[in-house]
Amino acid sequence: MSAAPEWKNPVVRWIDHRLPVFTFTHHSLIDYPTPRNLNYWWNFGSLAGVVLVILIATGLFLAMHYNPNVDYAFDSVERIMRDVNYGWLMRYMHANGASMFFLVVYIHMFRALYYGSYRAPREVLWFIGLFIFLAMMATAFVGYTLPWGQMSFWGATVITNLFSVVPFFGDAIVQWLLGGFAVDNPTLNRFFAFHFLLPFVIFGLVFLHLWALHVHKSNNPLGVDIKTDGDTIPFHPYYTAKDAFGLGVFLIFYFAFAFFAPNYLGHPDNYIPANPLVTPPEIVPEWYFLPFYAILRAVPDNFIDIWGILPILVTAKTAGVILMFASIIVLFFLPWLDRSPVRSARFRPIYKQLYWLFLADCIVLGWVGANPPEGTMLVIGRIATLYYFVHLLVFMPLLSRYEKTRPLPDSISAAVTPQGSSQSAQAQGA
Amino acid sequence: MTRTFKRIALATALLAAFSVSDVSTSRAASKATPPPPQDWSFSGVFGTFDRAQLQRGYLVYREVCAACHSMKQVYFRHLVDIGLSENAIKAIAAEFEVAGEPDEDGEPTERPAQLFDRLPSPYANDNEARSANNGALPPDLSLIAKSRVGGSDYIHALLTGYLEKAPAGVTMGEGMNYNTYFAANQIAMAPPLAEDGVEYEDGTKASVDQQARDVAAFMTWAAEPEMEERKRMGIKVLLFLIILTAMLYAVKRRVWSDLH
Amino acid sequence: MADTSTTTAEGHEHEEDRRDFLLTSTIVVGAAGVALTAWPFIDFMNPSADVLALASLEFDISTMEPGQAITVTWRNKPIFIRRRTAAEIDEAKKVPLSDLKDPQADADRVKEGKDEWLVMIGICTHLGCIPAGQKVTDSKGEFGGWFCPCHGSHYDTSGRIRKGPAPRNLEIPPYAFTNDTTVRIG
Repeated sequence: MSAAPEWKNPVVRWIDHRLPVFTFTHHSLIDYPTPRNLNYWWNFGSLAGVVLVILIATGLFLAMHYNPNVDYAFDSVERIMRDVNYGWLMRYMHANGASMFFLVVYIHMFRALYYGSYRAPREVLWFIGLFIFLAMMATAFVGYTLPWGQMSFWGATVITNLFSVVPFFGDAIVQWLLGGFAVDNPTLNRFFAFHFLLPFVIFGLVFLHLWALHVHKSNNPLGVDIKTDGDTIPFHPYYTAKDAFGLGVFLIFYFAFAFFAPNYLGHPDNYIPANPLVTPPEIVPEWYFLPFYAILRAVPDNFIDIWGILPILVTAKTAGVILMFASIIVLFFLPWLDRSPVRSARFRPIYKQLYWLFLADCIVLGWVGANPPEGTMLVIGRIATLYYFVHLLVFMPLLSRYEKTRPLPDSISAAVTPQGSSQSAQAQGA
Repeated sequence: MTRTFKRIALATALLAAFSVSDVSTSRAASKATPPPPQDWSFSGVFGTFDRAQLQRGYLVYREVCAACHSMKQVYFRHLVDIGLSENAIKAIAAEFEVAGEPDEDGEPTERPAQLFDRLPSPYANDNEARSANNGALPPDLSLIAKSRVGGSDYIHALLTGYLEKAPAGVTMGEGMNYNTYFAANQIAMAPPLAEDGVEYEDGTKASVDQQARDVAAFMTWAAEPEMEERKRMGIKVLLFLIILTAMLYAVKRRVWSDLH
Repeated sequence: MADTSTTTAEGHEHEEDRRDFLLTSTIVVGAAGVALTAWPFIDFMNPSADVLALASLEFDISTMEPGQAITVTWRNKPIFIRRRTAAEIDEAKKVPLSDLKDPQADADRVKEGKDEWLVMIGICTHLGCIPAGQKVTDSKGEFGGWFCPCHGSHYDTSGRIRKGPAPRNLEIPPYAFTNDTTVRIG
C-alpha cells in the first residue's frame, strides 16, 4: 500500500538494491496493512511461530547429547537431565514446548473456525495450515519415540501397526516403516532422522502460510473484507506491541509448566525404559492426540454385523483408522462445506451455538481418548465421533443454506471507529 | 467489559477442560487405593530437600533396598548433592567392587568403586534378578518417583501399606504379599522395612514410617536431582517475565491509545 | 496514521517523553532477557558433569617397585608414572642445565620430597608420538629415559629432551599426592 521506503543507510541501500530483503521485511512486518479490529485470538499465529523457533533451538541442542540407539537412548536422555549443564531445562522446555505448540495451534485453528478464516479467498492458506498440522503430528509422534520409554515404544508400536489395515500390502508397509519386524534400533534411528528433518519442513510451510496470508491479508472478527485504508493499521507498532504482550503472557503460562510441573502433561510410564516384552496397562498418547485416539477406537467391534455388506475389507480396526484420517481430511473440504454468505460466527446466530457444541465435542473426544474404551465411555465416544462428522458434513452445508444471518457492517472502520459505531451498534449486539 | 470477562471465562474453561482431560490420563487402571498425600519438605514452589532426610534415605536404600534394587542412573559423585562429603562418599564407594580394566592377560579384574562409578547393581542382568526373586523383576529405583503416579506419596504408602493377612475373600498368588496401595493388591516384594531395621547416625528413631518417608524422599531426589535448581530458576524467570509482560502491556496500551 | 502521531507530538510532549522512556526501558529489559537466555544454550555445550568427573583421576601407586613404570589414561592421554631408582635420580640431578635444550632442573619436575616419582604426559613434544621406555624391554634411548621411535628423540630419566628433534621436555600434568600411596592427576 505504500511505496518502498528510501533507505538512508548506504550499506542497506546497496544490499536492498540487489536483494530487497529490507524492503520485503518492511512491507511484511512494518507497514503491512492489518485490520484494525483484530482481537487477542489473532495472537496465536505469531505465538505458534515463536514456539516453533524455541522447539527447533532446544531440539538442536538436545541432539548434541542424545544417542539414538536402543541401548543408549534412555540413558542418554537421563544423562542430559542429570549431568549436562542445563540439560533438564533444555529437555523440559522441549517436551512442554511440544504441548504448548499444539495448544496454541489448536486455539489458532478454532479461531479460524469461529471467524470463517478458511473461506474464500483464503482456502490455500487454510490448506497450508492443515499441512503444517499434519507435519506437526508426524513430528510429535516420531519425537515421542526418542526417549525410549515404555510409552515411546508402545505408542510407536500401536501407531505404526495402524498401517497394517492397508489391503494386501499392510504387513509389508509396516515392516518397511519399522525397518524390521518390530519397533527396534532401525526404527529409532529413522525416527530420529525424521524428527530432525520435519521441523524444518514445518518451517518452510510456515513461510508459505505467511506468503498466502499476505496476499489477501488477515481475516478479522467481523469477517468482512478490507475495503479502504481506514480499515487497516500498519502492523508495526500496533500488532508488534500487541503480539509482544501476548507473548509475555504466553511465556508465563508455558514456563510455569516447564519449571514447576514439567511432567504434568507427560505420562509416568515413559520414565520406565522400553521393554518389548511388557505392555503397559494402558497405552495413552499425549493429550494433543487424545481426540483422534477416541475416534480411532470409536468403531464397535460388531461393526461387521451391523454393516454386513463389506465385511472383508473393512473390519472395525480398518474403519477406525479410516475415520481417524477422515477426521482431518474432512477439514480440507471445509471451505466448500461452508457456503454461508457470511464468514464470522458473530453474524451467524445458529452456527455460533453449534460452534461451541463442536468445540465441546472435541474436548469430550479428548476426555474419552484418555479413558479405557469400555462401557459408557465407548458410547460417549461414538456419539461424539458421530457429532464431529455430522457437524462438519451435515450441519455446515445445511446452515449455509438455511441460516438467517445478521446484517454485516459496511466496513471494518464503520463498525469499530467512533464515527461508524452508531450505525453498526445493532450488528455488534451479539 | 462483559465481552472481556466472557473471553477470560472461556479461556479458563478451555484450560480447565484441557487439564482435567490430562489428569484422567495419568490414572492407571488399577483397583489400588490412591496413596494418601504426605507433607514433604520439597513440595510446593519453594520446597527444598531436607539433606539430613536424604542421607537417612540413602542409608535405608543402601542397607535394605539395594539388596535387590539397582539405581543405575545415580553415580557416587551425585551423592555430593545430598550433603555427603567427598571423602565420605569415597569411603562408601570403596566398599563396593566393580569391574575394572582387563589385565595384561585379558583376564577381567575388579577394583574398588570410585566417585565416577554408578551405584552398583545387585544383579548382573535381568535374568539373574528374576531367578533370584521368584520370577519377579525388582525395578530400577532411579526414576521410580517419576514413573509411578503419586510419586513420593506412593512410595511411602507402598512401603507402609502391607497387611499381614489378606482380607477375607482375597486369594493370594504363591509367594505374593497383600499391599493396599499396589495395583491389584498383590506384590511379590515382601515387606522390606522393619522397626529399627537400620540405625540412623543422627539418632532419629527408625520406625517403619520414618524409614519409608526418608527413602521416599531419597528416591524423589534421585529421580529429580535438578528440582531445587529448577524451582529457584523458575521463580526468577517467572518474576522477570511478569515484570516484562507488565511493561509490554503498558507499551501496548500507549501504542494503541492513538486509535481508541 | 501520520496525522494521529503529529497531534500526539504537538499536544502531549510529556506523554511522548514517558512513552519513549517506557519503550526504551521495555526494550532494554526484553533484550536483557534474550541475552540471559543465551547462557543455558552456551553452557549446555560445555563439558558435562560426567565428563568433568573424569577430568581428575586418582591412581593407587602403592604396588609399584623402584624402577617400575606404569601407563595410565587421563583425559584420553597416556600418563607415564615411573618410580625411579636412586641411580636414575642421581643421574637426572647431576646434569648441568647448560647441557639441556629446554633447561629445567629435575627438582622442578617432581614434587618436593617425592623425588622417586616422575609423572608425565607420555606424548613426544615433537609430533605427538608415544615414546617408548615404559616397558622393561623397551629401548630407553641414549640417556636411560625414553626414546621416541618416530623421529628419534631421546629423553633422560627426568623426561627432558636431550637429543633429537623434539623442542621441549615431556610435559608434566597438574597432579598432587593425596597421600603416600595415591596420586591425583588433574
